[in-house]
Amino acid sequence: MATVTVKDFQVGFPNDWCPGCGDFGILNSLHQALAGLGLKPHEVAVFGGIGCSGKTQYYVNAYDVHTLHGRVLPYATGAKLANPELTVVAVGGDGDGMAIGAGHFVNAGRSNLDLTYILHNNEVYGLTKGQASPTLPMGSQTKSLPEPTIQGSVNPLMLALASGYTWIGRGYAFDVRGLVELIQRAIRHKGLSFLEVLQPCPTYNNLHTKAWFAGKDQGGVPRVAPLDPSYDPVIEPDAGEGAVRARLGAFVVEATRGGEPIRTGVFLENLSVPDLGERLAQRLPAYRHAPPAHRVVADAKGRSNADLTPLFAEVAVS
Amino acid sequence: MSTDRTDIAWRIGGPQGKGVDTAAGIFGRACAAGGFHVFGRREYYSNIMGRHSYFDVRVTGRPVGVHRDRVDLLVTFDTETLVRHAVSVAPGGVLLHDASAADVAIDAMGFLDDPLQEELAAYLAERDLPPTTAGLLEDARRRGVTVLPVSYGDLTEALTHELGASRASADRMLNTVAVALSAALIKYDPDRVKRGVALTFGDRSKLVEMNRQAVDLAYAHARRSWDLDAVPLRLGVRPERPRRLFVTGTQAVAMGKIAGGLAFQTYYPISPATDESVYLEAHATFPTTDGGQGSVLVWQTEDELAAVTAATGAALTGARSATATSGPGFSLMTEGIGWAGINEVPLVVTVYQRGGPATGLPTRTEQGDLQFAVHGGHGDFPRIVLASGDVTEAFQDAAQAFSYAERYQTVVIHLMDKALASTTLTTEPFDTSRLAIDRGLVANPASDGSNGTVSFPRFRPSETGLSPRPYLGQPGGMHWLTGAEHTELGRVTEDPITREQQVEKRLRKLQLAAREIPAEEKLRLYGDASAPLTLVSWGSNKAAILEVLERLAEEGVTARHIQLRLLWPFPSAELEPLLATARPLVAVETNATGQMARLLREQTGRAPDHLVLKYSGRPISVEQLLDALHQILSGAAGPRLVIRNPYE
Ligand SMILES: Cc1ncc(C[n+]2csc(CCOP(=O)(O)OP(=O)(O)O)c2C)c(N)n1
Ligand code: SF4
Repeated sequence: MATVTVKDFQVGFPNDWCPGCGDFGILNSLHQALAGLGLKPHEVAVFGGIGCSGKTQYYVNAYDVHTLHGRVLPYATGAKLANPELTVVAVGGDGDGMAIGAGHFVNAGRSNLDLTYILHNNEVYGLTKGQASPTLPMGSQTKSLPEPTIQGSVNPLMLALASGYTWIGRGYAFDVRGLVELIQRAIRHKGLSFLEVLQPCPTYNNLHTKAWFAGKDQGGVPRVAPLDPSYDPVIEPDAGEGAVRARLGAFVVEATRGGEPIRTGVFLENLSVPDLGERLAQRLPAYRHAPPAHRVVADAKGRSNADLTPLFAEVAVS
Repeated sequence: MSTDRTDIAWRIGGPQGKGVDTAAGIFGRACAAGGFHVFGRREYYSNIMGRHSYFDVRVTGRPVGVHRDRVDLLVTFDTETLVRHAVSVAPGGVLLHDASAADVAIDAMGFLDDPLQEELAAYLAERDLPPTTAGLLEDARRRGVTVLPVSYGDLTEALTHELGASRASADRMLNTVAVALSAALIKYDPDRVKRGVALTFGDRSKLVEMNRQAVDLAYAHARRSWDLDAVPLRLGVRPERPRRLFVTGTQAVAMGKIAGGLAFQTYYPISPATDESVYLEAHATFPTTDGGQGSVLVWQTEDELAAVTAATGAALTGARSATATSGPGFSLMTEGIGWAGINEVPLVVTVYQRGGPATGLPTRTEQGDLQFAVHGGHGDFPRIVLASGDVTEAFQDAAQAFSYAERYQTVVIHLMDKALASTTLTTEPFDTSRLAIDRGLVANPASDGSNGTVSFPRFRPSETGLSPRPYLGQPGGMHWLTGAEHTELGRVTEDPITREQQVEKRLRKLQLAAREIPAEEKLRLYGDASAPLTLVSWGSNKAAILEVLERLAEEGVTARHIQLRLLWPFPSAELEPLLATARPLVAVETNATGQMARLLREQTGRAPDHLVLKYSGRPISVEQLLDALHQILSGAAGPRLVIRNPYE
């Protein structure tokens, strides 16, 4: 069988992002990551939210589901629960995921379902023309804002930690090589993965531009840099409470570090929580071989094949 | 002295959490075990413990599905029950009350609402009686009700001494005692009551044994304290005992969903919908006819937005998928329903209507969501709306909904209401043999000419509006899905011609459904088919209407009932010939504005001559409906009759 190449995941349709948008870097990384994992296009379902970022799945040769604003995670959850063989990737913006979809973001963390969520963080609402998103720092004034933002910002990594995501990472849209690796590690992780990607929006975010990230104003010292090699994100399956606390403590230090450089890499890889599929299989013995997507519901004649005898017996009165 | 009855209406009331439900369950099962038909209706506040709740159980020689306002036997556990229901006991009936509640001032009842206090005060003043429980009991006696005090305190003592029960378990067994006392009053076989106990408590054998002894104790008490032959009630038929189930409307839906192939159910807790999902989770695995095992994955979500969208995501993979909710949740779900509509996703949404709007009346019934079910969501898209009229239909419709959803690749909204959901009924085991499973047009991408790129023509326009559907994960079926208008590949487009084509494609499926769905699934005709007097209705009013048709027939009045089962697409073609001869046309609904009547006029041009409405949050009784029809027949009724009963 021919090996899968990046081309297999590309589509020949025109792309309508603004020139120079960070979404391109994320898209290219996704193509490479999927091909590198040896997945076949039909085995992959990419779910997108609403926003510029939410269009990512239009440019991936796979099953592509463009959902509703903020709802990308529950759609992806339903599909993955029903068909655990699918590789499910959800993508969306910071507005999509941290504002209207924040409740879903938090609750997805409780499930540890085996899917990957990539958050495009450009600090603005791109598709509605540059309003502040929940990740824009208090007092910042990007160019569409009539006044500096008066509200504070959420820290996506911290929110993911508090919510129970078992794999948490951060990448930068134009560090394609680093991003490919992060996406692949996120997908390979058996459990719920959250990858924040810092993404320039050249059209609306004039503060954190590609040049800013590259540190053009400070003699070319980049403002994004990998986590220190000594940082160990792994919580082993049998880690004791003390070890877990130590890891989480280190996580918090890195995820809340002010100033520069902004760190990228794997912040957490928690192997101690069984993924939801395993837990479901214990509860529903048929889940592994006959998950909802494969439940046979009728016999050869098209009659219902559910035998309700035990249900009737339970409520029989005579 | 006792006259044989074949229809006894029994009511038990008390504070929520004190076991009114359990008592009604024992009584109902005890009667069902003797071969009687049983109907149960449950009323309760949105409260966990303490507020007034009551249960009506009708025991009959033939199937009925609706309560009576006039009850034959009232069992009160507390003073509040006495105050609220004493006037509802029919002449010739029995009122059993706690001796300690014999003289309490009505205005001392903390939870009694002002209108009911005023109503009772006026009622008693008119009869020169004091505004106390004593006044109410005296009124009952004067009306020919046998009033029997019992001392629950003494009975609790007896339970602890004679059965060696702890104080707490004696307290709990008062339920069984109250049931047994009532059964003794209607001269019912105590062994059957014990059977009811066993059926209710199942395999908890110690509990069953204790409660059986409590039955004997209660019967002995009744014989000792009262002249039972002087009590003019006796359950008077000895029917045969075929195999019957004792189920709620909610259980019927859940069983129907399992039979219909449900594989994935989502929910966010809300009254009165939650019971369905809880039942499903408790019965998530079951055998299949080929000796295998089937299962349902029940997924509790963070809100209704997630419930509807997760169910949709699952449906995309080919799983028969559903969610269940009530008004406030349905409001949130309309967002996701629109997405499923534009993407032609088969999805079943069971809506348990309750009093609205907003939080409304969480635990009371209403048929207030019909217009919302038919029109909810922005833009034009097809959806199918079904409404079940009784427990058997609830089962059949729940199963059938999936085949409609998959055949027409659309959302099916299955309307229930709280009254039907909480109805308890004896019924024959549901018939699964007639359920035909239609999985619709499933794509076979290999032979449908896919080339392995994201180019499957999922939304290609066709004459029927249907197009083959690949499941997520199927080799070669890749396409786009989007909430935006799209091309046949599912790509976003704003092209005017494509837009029109896609809108029309989707709407054509509705025309197909209107053509294909059999007439008897759209509406059913009962009573005298040629009678001009026509009652048109939908949902749970069916039982009251059918019983009223019989009462009218006894009076020599012929009438017919059109029950609408398919509310969207509206069955105008099938209705029109019936409407042409309907005179007068009477619409019966439990909402304030006649939502079905509005739809009827909008779709057929014919407005009903009379609306009979009830929107207090309680279902329509036999007597109330009969009274409304008498008013209509005598010419005394205006175009809008509102049914009121302050005592519910
Ligand atoms: C329910 C709803 N509300 C509002 C919108 C309008 N809307 C479209 S995109 C968007 C914001 C997207 O911002 P973000 O998620 O940050 O993505 P970006 O465009 O920056 O990639 C909004 C509010 C919508 N589509 N749906
Ligand atoms: S507005 Fe910003 S995020 Fe959207 S496409 Fe343009 S550059 Fe990218």
